[in-house]
Amino acid sequence: MVSKMVPHNSSSTTKEMATVIFAMLPGLFALGWIFGPGVWIHVAIVVPTAMVAEAAILLIRGRNPINELNDLSAILTALLLAASLPPLLPWWMTLLGTLFAIILAKQLYGGLGQNPFNPAMIGYVILLVSFPLEMTSWLPAAGIQGEPLSWTAASQVIFGTGPTTVDTLTGATPLGGLKTGLIQGLTLQESLLKLPNGLLAGPGWEWINIAFLVGGLILLFTRTISWHIPLSVLGGLFLTALIFNLIDPNSYATPLYHLLSGGIMLGAFFIATDPVTASTTPMGRIWFGVGIGVLDYIIRTWGGYPDAVAFSVLLMNMFAPLIDHFTQPTIYGGNREARP
Amino acid sequence: MSETTAKEKPLTHYRKLLSDGLWTNNAGLVQLLGLCPLLAVTTTTINGLGLGLATTLTLIISNLMVSSIRNFISQEIRIPVFVLIIASTVTGIELAMNAWFHELFLVLGIFIPLIVTNCAIIGRAEAFASRNSLLPALVDAISMGVGFTLLLMLLGGLRELFGFGTLFAQSDLMFGEGAEWMTITLIEDYRGFLLAILPPGAFIGLGLIIAAKNRIDQRMTEAVSARTALQPQTA
Repeated sequence: MVSKMVPHNSSSTTKEMATVIFAMLPGLFALGWIFGPGVWIHVAIVVPTAMVAEAAILLIRGRNPINELNDLSAILTALLLAASLPPLLPWWMTLLGTLFAIILAKQLYGGLGQNPFNPAMIGYVILLVSFPLEMTSWLPAAGIQGEPLSWTAASQVIFGTGPTTVDTLTGATPLGGLKTGLIQGLTLQESLLKLPNGLLAGPGWEWINIAFLVGGLILLFTRTISWHIPLSVLGGLFLTALIFNLIDPNSYATPLYHLLSGGIMLGAFFIATDPVTASTTPMGRIWFGVGIGVLDYIIRTWGGYPDAVAFSVLLMNMFAPLIDHFTQPTIYGGNREARP
Repeated sequence: MSETTAKEKPLTHYRKLLSDGLWTNNAGLVQLLGLCPLLAVTTTTINGLGLGLATTLTLIISNLMVSSIRNFISQEIRIPVFVLIIASTVTGIELAMNAWFHELFLVLGIFIPLIVTNCAIIGRAEAFASRNSLLPALVDAISMGVGFTLLLMLLGGLRELFGFGTLFAQSDLMFGEGAEWMTITLIEDYRGFLLAILPPGAFIGLGLIIAAKNRIDQRMTEAVSARTALQPQTA
């Protein structure tokens, strides 16, 4: 098996993580613009929680927390989680998800470089299976549909201190609404008409995905990530969606709709590319990415949840060592059959 | 597996059997046997207790029967014979639970007949009962069974506490009407934490319990070695 060497406590890790965090900013600002300040309240909850949890476990393990907090990986995990959560999730759920991500999914396996599963996605999935109602309640895209949510209203909902409650504000995501419509026997066009108008993929979501795409391109051009995983995730989703859309355009959404919906851009560029939990060989990365794209389409279309980036990433994390085993590149000179 | 005969030092021998079953060689915690029912039914304390008692009873009966006929079974066919004994015991217990603890029987469902496949039981028959006389076999069955039951109750209690915020809910299934007072609601208006009830909760919970046991063992070894290291200096 290819060893997943992540140089620890080295400046290159810190620099890489800092670049990824910087590249997340466009997406976070888009989330903040479309869904109001709840996103920033979540960021303010998750980042300190993740750092305290990481430091506490490192102390228990007899390590120097300052050395290892420097690599910024805990902050990145926290931000990825905050970007995936519904903007008005109660604060204690956010807190719980962060603790699970850092303590259970990362530190109990031995810390950065040792965890087989993406910590942020473990935190997200634990919250999703435990609190399905809250985790699928999204705000209508206030930023482009009128009054944006005020800071006071957002914090009242998140901390449960005021008269504004989550029920008066939230609804299903476009992906979720589309699925409900299709289940009720409506055609695709009819289901889309029932949703609030949006450019392609439901209001707001296309802007969020475009913003994360911009961040992803920054990562590609700074060579922080290689093209293999994001391109194959998006390609796998695009091709699968294209095939089904061509077979029956009335029941299956267009590939472009899928590419701009849900958390796919965040997943393709920021989550699936985690160097610790992804495949490491070039061919393996392509298989890994295609697997995520296809699984995402399958779970979105026929599964019980509206979006499935987290489940697809975790499932493929499980296969990463196997994929690596079968895609070892031939060492130069290792192939005796080949003649120059 | 202790292979010493009971002749040498009976009392210490039995004490070792007890500590083996309850702690050192616990069927669930150390041997990791019988994990399928262990993980599947421990959603509440009472479920754990019910399945634990049924398993203990099966262990006692099968250990006693295997031990009493151990000199008549030929080596070649011993495993089929053990399986027959265990299967008929479980069938009897299943019918008895259906008759007297019908509600609990419905809750535990398929996991009562599945006690047959619990490796801990055939493990004890093969490793202990078929090589020891009646009394040690009985003590071994009780200690292994009680150790397993305690683990089931501990895991069930933890999952029930985090999942529902209660302890000993549905006691009436086990102890009949009028046992509702046993139910302790620790957190009023608890909204529930579904993960603890779902299968991942069982795996996470068992993992944490095993980790805690290893930590305690480690502490005890450290304490013992520290004491032995100190003695020469004080002497």
